[in-house]
Amino acid sequence: MAAEPIIEVRDLDMAFPVRGGPGGKTVIQQVLHKLNFDIAPGETLGLVGESGSGKSTAGRILVGLYEPTGGSVKLFGQSITGAQRQHGLAAVRSRLQFVFQDPHAALNPRMRVGDSIAEPIAIAGGRTRRDRADRVRELLEMVGLPRDGAERFPHEFSGGQRQRIVIARALALQPGFIVCDEPVSALDVSIQAQIVNLLMDLQQKFGLSYLFIAHDLAVVRAIAHRVAVLYAGSIVEVAPKDELYGDPQHPYTRALLDAVPRADPDRVRGPVLGGEVPSLLAPPPGCRFHTRCPHVMPRCRTDIPALRVTTPGRHVACHLYA
Amino acid sequence: MTDVVIAAPILAPRKRFQLIRRLLAHRSFRIGIVLVTVLAIAAILAPLTGIEPSAMRVRFRFRPPSPEFLMGSDNFGRDILTRVLYGARVSLWIGLVVALLSGIVGAVIGVFAAQFRAFDAPVMRLMDAMMSFPAILLALGITAALGPRMESVIIALSVAYVPAGVRIVRASALVVRELDYVQAARIAGASNARIMFHHILPNSFGPLLVHMTFVFAYSILAEAALSFLGVGVQPPTPSWGNIIAEGRDFATEAWWIMVFPGIGISLAALGLNLLGDGLRDVLDPRLKGA
Amino acid sequence: MASEPLVSIENLTVQFRTDRGWATATESVSFDIGDGDCLGVVGESGSGKSVTALSILRLHARGTSRFNSGTIRYDGRDLLRASERDMRAIRGRDIAMVFQDPMSSLNPVLTICDQISETLMLHRGLSRIEARKRAIELLDLVRIADAARRVDEYPHRFSGGMRQRVMIAIAIACRPRLLIADEPTTALDVTIQAQILELLRDLRTELNMAVMLISHDLGVIAEFARRVVVMYAGRVVEDAPVDVLFRKAMHPYTEGLMASMPALDGPVRRLYSIPGRIPDINEQVAGCRFSPRCGHAEAVCLTAMPDLVPVSPDHRVRCAPRTRTTGAG
Repeated sequence: MAAEPIIEVRDLDMAFPVRGGPGGKTVIQQVLHKLNFDIAPGETLGLVGESGSGKSTAGRILVGLYEPTGGSVKLFGQSITGAQRQHGLAAVRSRLQFVFQDPHAALNPRMRVGDSIAEPIAIAGGRTRRDRADRVRELLEMVGLPRDGAERFPHEFSGGQRQRIVIARALALQPGFIVCDEPVSALDVSIQAQIVNLLMDLQQKFGLSYLFIAHDLAVVRAIAHRVAVLYAGSIVEVAPKDELYGDPQHPYTRALLDAVPRADPDRVRGPVLGGEVPSLLAPPPGCRFHTRCPHVMPRCRTDIPALRVTTPGRHVACHLYA
Repeated sequence: MTDVVIAAPILAPRKRFQLIRRLLAHRSFRIGIVLVTVLAIAAILAPLTGIEPSAMRVRFRFRPPSPEFLMGSDNFGRDILTRVLYGARVSLWIGLVVALLSGIVGAVIGVFAAQFRAFDAPVMRLMDAMMSFPAILLALGITAALGPRMESVIIALSVAYVPAGVRIVRASALVVRELDYVQAARIAGASNARIMFHHILPNSFGPLLVHMTFVFAYSILAEAALSFLGVGVQPPTPSWGNIIAEGRDFATEAWWIMVFPGIGISLAALGLNLLGDGLRDVLDPRLKGA
Repeated sequence: MASEPLVSIENLTVQFRTDRGWATATESVSFDIGDGDCLGVVGESGSGKSVTALSILRLHARGTSRFNSGTIRYDGRDLLRASERDMRAIRGRDIAMVFQDPMSSLNPVLTICDQISETLMLHRGLSRIEARKRAIELLDLVRIADAARRVDEYPHRFSGGMRQRVMIAIAIACRPRLLIADEPTTALDVTIQAQILELLRDLRTELNMAVMLISHDLGVIAEFARRVVVMYAGRVVEDAPVDVLFRKAMHPYTEGLMASMPALDGPVRRLYSIPGRIPDINEQVAGCRFSPRCGHAEAVCLTAMPDLVPVSPDHRVRCAPRTRTTGAG
């Protein structure tokens, strides 16, 4: 992966004002804190974390749905933050796409499937109606659906088939980068594998880059090249897949991997991690994981650990590795 | 690596006309649609009685219902059946136009309010202010100002029923605009107009349609009330409301003058309400069965 | 398991009314739950696993569902034919249930104490004060810290994991003999899921109750259950002790399901995927319902519905080709 990254995220911050402080006051919720990561062409970066980790917000920032409150994001060499935001987004929009978690909400129920797939083309302008129809049939075939599906409405398809339609729409403009936000977590296990395989095949065929957001570590292992672990808005570890799963370094990554149930009735699991993800309205000082960490040290309660290189290609934010 | 694997592309059998099928399976919808259709056909066929609705025949004053005058006649000897049928044209027309007009205006304002936050607060306060008047008083004021004509009744009732439509559309638009398919359009760079008219409006339409059937029914009732108060459709043009208003003075001697248009109003209101209930049950996703 | 089972489901067929007529949600479902058993029921959407669980408590909406055949025996009675009054006494007291969504299962305007006390006052006839005392004990039992204070709070102060603990506290309030947990951890994060599963496991031994855990996740089932019932499209396709099932599953669907699960250990390989899709509830599939997706289907599979055949004393499989070679049936 020596190639120049197509996605560069530097010190990304995101904060939302929310009502819900003491006395119904508006308070600032720091959803993301100083994220840094790159994605190379043809690479899949897995972004894992539990609810409230901010993984979905990060994905939405990368396709321009939210404007971050700090830091910079460069896509295909164009900045989509700060003063160049509008110009940058206009330049890269056709190369960005998004695949949603819930295939039932991702398609307009009143539009024919063909029109939904063709929508990005129609918005970008260009191509005649007949050209678009040809392209739609080609896309349907690409994702393993019959060509005559275009005339039907979303309710006539199963969940897995709808997810294929969403993927077809994402491919309509030949994008370079797709954010997949929990694309298989709403699907049945036997259908999940079909979609994961389809995404991998399409990546091979078109050299796509993915940000693959998921809470399911096993699915991420199947598709990602590198994995970043988020906890309460901060990246705690980034590593190539084999290293992360084979030798997790951050205590949270270890606990997370240990908590996943395995299809092995004889497995003896380690002690269960106690506690819950802290509120982002009043995050604990220092390392945000220190309230649950089995290796907590005094300085964890005061100093925020920086993301440091431990071995080439691996980054961990933990005082154990300082 | 293998080539793209195609999982057996078997589609489920087509589910066509699902909505219509579900509607027709709904009992009160069926009754409602039959009632409303019968009334509408009767109104269209009004000329078949062969009598002018305002033809006065002094010989036949105050005839009670009989084979000759099915619904009797009034103080001018006019045939009530004919007047009720022509009145149905006016009353149903007013109801339909008010429902459509207030629905369309409400939909457009509602979607704009949901899409443009700056527009939202002032518009909604205005709607709140309008809703703080009883609809019938508001309509009374407007018809009084515009002069008693059918057009004024339509405008007055449309204005009176717009705020409720705005609220309904805005509420469902606020939900729809956060749905993933709208986000997908945004990611692709869709314009506000496209998002509003391709995505939000068609998907906020269900609750509005239900509301419109009720407005249809209310408008028929409201027209009758306005006519009764003398600011509605003016005689000699018959409407259900003004036939009743004219029959008021003879209520004890010639009950049939008031009763038959009254039955017309009741049947229309009942039919439309049943129809609206059916639409609501079928269109509201929260009420859908497993 | 020579003794009488606690609950015995036999030949259960449940249908739902849809706009295209009655659709079969479960067909001829039969299995037992022993006293103190730890049963896992695994299946995908439309498998009928939740329908079966709701049938035990007879919680289906009236008018839109019907039992076509079958019996569910509990304590010498057939629950499908018991009076509504008897069922009310059984629900919550003898058999309790925990649902998937802890966010909507609690009433937001009542305190935790009110909600736990309700069952206790109803089934046990406790006074308000006794019920409150017991509610605090129950919160302790489900490992909620500072129970005496938290018992008076409202549900919105509780996280998803905490609410699920409260739901479990309510379910075990009357010491039921069977706890049905329908996807109790699906809405929760993995680390919280691990906590809840550990809690259920501990409570099962502490209270000596049977647990029927319903899940789509084979991992959860493997870690929790001792015996597993696999369902597909409304039918039981395999029923075996957990170690037998995970070592030598016999039904092609069970095999496929296991193979399509991404793993956390071992070499990363391309995922196996079962082709096709799960049939819609209204679709009629002749013969074995899995046959359109099965790589081992033979002519007989397409025409005749196979029987659930025992291949060993505690292992039953519904697959004609696989059970024929063992010489059973």
